[in-house]
Amino acid sequence: MKLLVIEDDREAGAYISKGLSESGYVVDIAAEGRDGLFMASSGNYDALVVDRMLPGMDGLAIIAALRSAEIRVPVLILSALGAVDDRVKGLRAGGDDYLVKPFAFAELLARLEALLRRGSGPPTTTKLRVGELEMDLLARRVQRGGQDIDLLPREFRLLEFLMRHVGQVVTRTMLLENVWDYHFDPQTNVIDVHISRLRQKIDKGFGKPLLHTVRGAGYRLSAE
Amino acid sequence: MTRLLNTSAFRLAAIYFALFATSVLALLTFIYFSTADFIEAQAEETVDAEIRGLAEQYREHGLAGLVEIIDQRIAAAQRTPSRVDDTLYLITDPLLHKLAGNLETWPEAVERGNGWVSFPVTEEIGGNVETDDARASVIVLPGNFHLLVGRNLRDARLFRMRITDTLGWAALITLALGVAGGLLMTRNMLRKVDAVNRTSTRIIHGDLSQRVPVSGTGDEFDQLAQNLNAMLDQIERLMAGMRQVTDNIAHDLRTPLARLRARLEVTLIEKPDETRYANALRDTINEADRLLGTFNALLSIAEAEAGSRRDGLEVVDLAEIARDVADLYEPVADEAGLGFKFTVGDKVMVRGDRHLLSQAIANLLDNALKYTPAGSVALRVETGGGKARVEVADTGLGVPADRRSAVFDRFVRLEGSRSTPGNGLGLSLVRAVAKLHDGTVWLEDNQPDAAAPGLKVIIELPLAASGAGSEPDRDLTPLLPAPGPALAVTAEPPRDLGEV
Repeated sequence: MKLLVIEDDREAGAYISKGLSESGYVVDIAAEGRDGLFMASSGNYDALVVDRMLPGMDGLAIIAALRSAEIRVPVLILSALGAVDDRVKGLRAGGDDYLVKPFAFAELLARLEALLRRGSGPPTTTKLRVGELEMDLLARRVQRGGQDIDLLPREFRLLEFLMRHVGQVVTRTMLLENVWDYHFDPQTNVIDVHISRLRQKIDKGFGKPLLHTVRGAGYRLSAE
Repeated sequence: MTRLLNTSAFRLAAIYFALFATSVLALLTFIYFSTADFIEAQAEETVDAEIRGLAEQYREHGLAGLVEIIDQRIAAAQRTPSRVDDTLYLITDPLLHKLAGNLETWPEAVERGNGWVSFPVTEEIGGNVETDDARASVIVLPGNFHLLVGRNLRDARLFRMRITDTLGWAALITLALGVAGGLLMTRNMLRKVDAVNRTSTRIIHGDLSQRVPVSGTGDEFDQLAQNLNAMLDQIERLMAGMRQVTDNIAHDLRTPLARLRARLEVTLIEKPDETRYANALRDTINEADRLLGTFNALLSIAEAEAGSRRDGLEVVDLAEIARDVADLYEPVADEAGLGFKFTVGDKVMVRGDRHLLSQAIANLLDNALKYTPAGSVALRVETGGGKARVEVADTGLGVPADRRSAVFDRFVRLEGSRSTPGNGLGLSLVRAVAKLHDGTVWLEDNQPDAAAPGLKVIIELPLAASGAGSEPDRDLTPLLPAPGPALAVTAEPPRDLGEV
């Protein structure tokens, strides 16, 4: 997988590139907006990480230019501007996800993996399946090993998000943003409590746990 | 003095004075001319009347009678002490030799038309010889006898002199009064403006507590002073707020930064050890994350307080927002072994920002759950008294009455709460959000008579004007659950959560 990081801050660029390389990606760095656009236009990348404020050309302008050239590569926007309005502006310009600086590297990695997988997954399904866990999106029913699991609506959505990102690390912030649509940081470990409740329902009493805690990053749902 | 001349007040006074002086002079000049003319006209009238009287005498008694009456008149006039003859008589033969009268010779008169002549007369008054104008009428009697009847215009002259004197004095007095008044007025205005200037200068030099003196007359200067003072009050309040924030930031961000730095330094000083290094780094990252959290919270508060998002407010259902937040926190209460009660009205429409309102309610629930060791937490959203009302109540230790306003300030944490995690910014954000929505927030005892009074935080927001489906007056007893489909979530006794 080949990634392009457009970031003018050398240290931040090096930090991102080093982390991604160690996670098995091939990373190119562009330190200037226009160079970044030229490199991205080649279409050789699987995903872009674009800093919002760049010399030469604004990050959002790069994304808009790429989108108008029909280049649909997933883009993760990095920005120091964290207000809800800024986020909306970034996504409207054609970004696929928005990460506020400073961030934990695990957060960046989890979001990038989610973006990279999104393109390859089945576009519309009515059934999700992880190991012996099955979710029927139309009937809004969940079963494990043929046994019905009774979930509250919010638990259903939480599980749906985890199942759609099977095998990937999903961070607490990602869950808060995608399942609850909250962009603030609740001080208590609310997500952990919700996960532990969900775990009670889908894992307790069954042989192999499906919902795993990834230390320092978040959670992963997988059958392995 | 030069400064005085340069002031606008002085210029105003000078213009006013010039106008005033011109008017006074014009008035006096008018009086001068009209009065002098009047006196001369009166003299001529007197002469006319005298001539009519003498003519009658002449018709009855002839020339001899005329001479006799003139002698009588002169004698009568001379009996009046220190009084010069005002009326002049002279009757002569055809050769202009005097027959009778108080003029010795026929004067060298100047014709003035209409039978009037004027000539100078001299007389001695108290040793002074004075020359005056006289006005006379000359009649030629049968036999070529000449009769001259005239009047000394001394009164008119004296009057003119008096008027001229008066004019001079008036001009002087006007000048004196004008200058003095102008100076006084200017000084007075300057003093008031000076007071403003002095205060401003002191404020510029850093003393924000200075205020412009108000004289209490309620004039424009007072209004100016009051407005300036109100403005200064506002600025001082903002400055104090800002100073408090920077002080707090300095203290509450510097302390953890110092701790962070110290930890790294100590780690470096001690013997190199990989596990210890890894631990130190992990701790440092955690500390940095906490700092970032505090920083983000401060930014959120600043954003809400600046009110820049007021334009983005839209009609939202507070009940739905609260339901989502309740949904997020209900399991937390459950896990902590606390009861959780959620009561909500049907639709509570307010003009608001969904994200900020969610965060405010989340902060309140977070606090309630953190500071309630046992018992329950309740969230209630309803309309009442034309307002939207959010109540978060708990059965914890509560907040003493004298600390209730302080806890809304940034970084304020009560004694005994310092051991629990938190940054002391939760309620500050709640207050800023309430303010952004033109609402209020306050604290009450939840159960005043109990040993643990608990805390009840109440936010009141104005209802949206076009709140679809909301009936603001429906629920007049806000303490009862609102009618209609109300959702009450009561947590069951704590369950075993197993391996978390």
